[in-house]
Amino acid sequence: MDISLKNVEYRYSADTPFERLAIKDVSIDIPSGSYLAIIGHTGSGKSTVLQHLNALLKPTKGAVVIGSREIKAGRKEKKLKGIREKVGIVFQFPEHQLFEETVEKDICFGPMNFGVSETEAKRRARDAIKQVGLSESILEKSPFDLSGGQMRRVAIAGVLAMEPECIVLDEPTAGLDPRGRKEIMDLFYTLHKERGLATVLVTHSMEDAARYADEIVIMHKGTVLKKGKPLEIFSNPEELLAHGLDVPEVLRFQMKVEKAFNTKFNKTCLTEDELTDVMADFLTGRLPR
Amino acid sequence: MNSPLVVLNDVSFQYESQETPALSHISMEVYEGEWLAIVGHNGSGKSTLARLLNGLQFPKEGTITVAGITLSEESIWDIRRQIGMVFQNPDNQFVGTTVQDDVAFGLENNGVAVKIMNERVVDALKKVNMDSFLDQEPHHLSGGQKQRVAIAGVLALRPSIIILDEATSMLDPMGRGEVIETIMSLQKEEKITVISITHDLEEASKANRIIVMNQGEIYREGTPEEIFEMDEELVKLGLDIPFPVKISKKLREKGISLDRHYLTEEELVAELWTSHSKM
Repeated sequence: MDISLKNVEYRYSADTPFERLAIKDVSIDIPSGSYLAIIGHTGSGKSTVLQHLNALLKPTKGAVVIGSREIKAGRKEKKLKGIREKVGIVFQFPEHQLFEETVEKDICFGPMNFGVSETEAKRRARDAIKQVGLSESILEKSPFDLSGGQMRRVAIAGVLAMEPECIVLDEPTAGLDPRGRKEIMDLFYTLHKERGLATVLVTHSMEDAARYADEIVIMHKGTVLKKGKPLEIFSNPEELLAHGLDVPEVLRFQMKVEKAFNTKFNKTCLTEDELTDVMADFLTGRLPR
Repeated sequence: MNSPLVVLNDVSFQYESQETPALSHISMEVYEGEWLAIVGHNGSGKSTLARLLNGLQFPKEGTITVAGITLSEESIWDIRRQIGMVFQNPDNQFVGTTVQDDVAFGLENNGVAVKIMNERVVDALKKVNMDSFLDQEPHHLSGGQKQRVAIAGVLALRPSIIILDEATSMLDPMGRGEVIETIMSLQKEEKITVISITHDLEEASKANRIIVMNQGEIYREGTPEEIFEMDEELVKLGLDIPFPVKISKKLREKGISLDRHYLTEEELVAELWTSHSKM
């Protein structure tokens, strides 16, 4: 299932004195099975874009195509349930949305809401809890007796149990310690690779975007500033910095070294190994100065 | 070092619903004027520690002394006057409808006269560099700005200690930078004692001293240099190694001689330049 935004504009409180333009002329394609990262500052419009991906918001101009459905500005849309079943959104701090008596009931809530039988929902709950790296025994517990990291995993399992074709992640690692962050990011990457789950990651982290995504979209002041593969995006770091955006720390450090030695390496490094290889070659004179 | 401002003596604590103690046998000191970072994985007990310090929870065993006062049900209000706390979520701690109302909230609660209140509000906002935002409403502020206002709200009450409980963890990189810079200047220029609870090691590397917590106990204590010598041990504790240290390490593995791990990118670049530029 492909998703695409076509020249989307969105105004909050349109036609009222409080009207505010949040995004304009945003076009983004998310082909089936791809991994897209959306980056931008607070207030750049990322969250507004995110809410268009399963029709929580409807464009005030332009159109959003989700699979075979087209959501067009100015038209009344009905029966959006099917879309929401296929595009699962993991919001920020999803553990705040846990509410049931047991983990199992909480995970089953979503699928059953979409008409799945109780037996099938329970099967999916068992499947989903394993996918997020927890044991089945946790299903009987109250979600409120779990640690913060476990609660986040349970909340994610609730979205996975809907068996979406596309998963949208809004800052999924906020507030987690470094180990938890890596585990959660690896978990989504595995799901993406093994199940071909299309993934949209909304993040502040240039590092995560560079590491995991096939494509990156950079939002700035409600518009798409840049889009492309990680290497394309970061090959011109000066432009990003000029817009007050960050670059991955590896690249930032590469720029510092280049400046100090008044040189330019012949490649854009996005991993620590790439950079230290290039630096070692340079410093030992294997690379011409 | 100066004299200890906070002393914890054999403190233990357990939440009622939990099977294991959140903190066991913690003894530590916080010195006047220092910036102490307390780091540890999620669930290591670091936030519980912060909550004990200003009496949001009471220890099951052991004693806590702040500025010579032993914490108890009776002394709690005296202690809270000494300690200001800034929490994680910028949206959960903005109580006023404008920036200045928000900063004034604590002062009003303490019955401070209006004239003094106005001065202190402006004064506190100047210290966090937010004095040009007096009448702004919270939804016009970024996360970093909101946290700076929260810090100003605490400063206006003139505490001797500020505790930041993961105050930067929900911010974007820019907001995080703003808040860290604010903390640095407060500690240096205003001589305020800062305790920052964090798992951001870049933030911790700027502190004077670091305490590493693991499973409710103090695992290690030392200067940032000493702590980051722990290297892979930090990763095992669920933490990470600061970026410049990682790069120093990898360069060494690839045959570049460096006499130590560098904590800042600037130091590392300077060292590389001095020792390798004229080969």
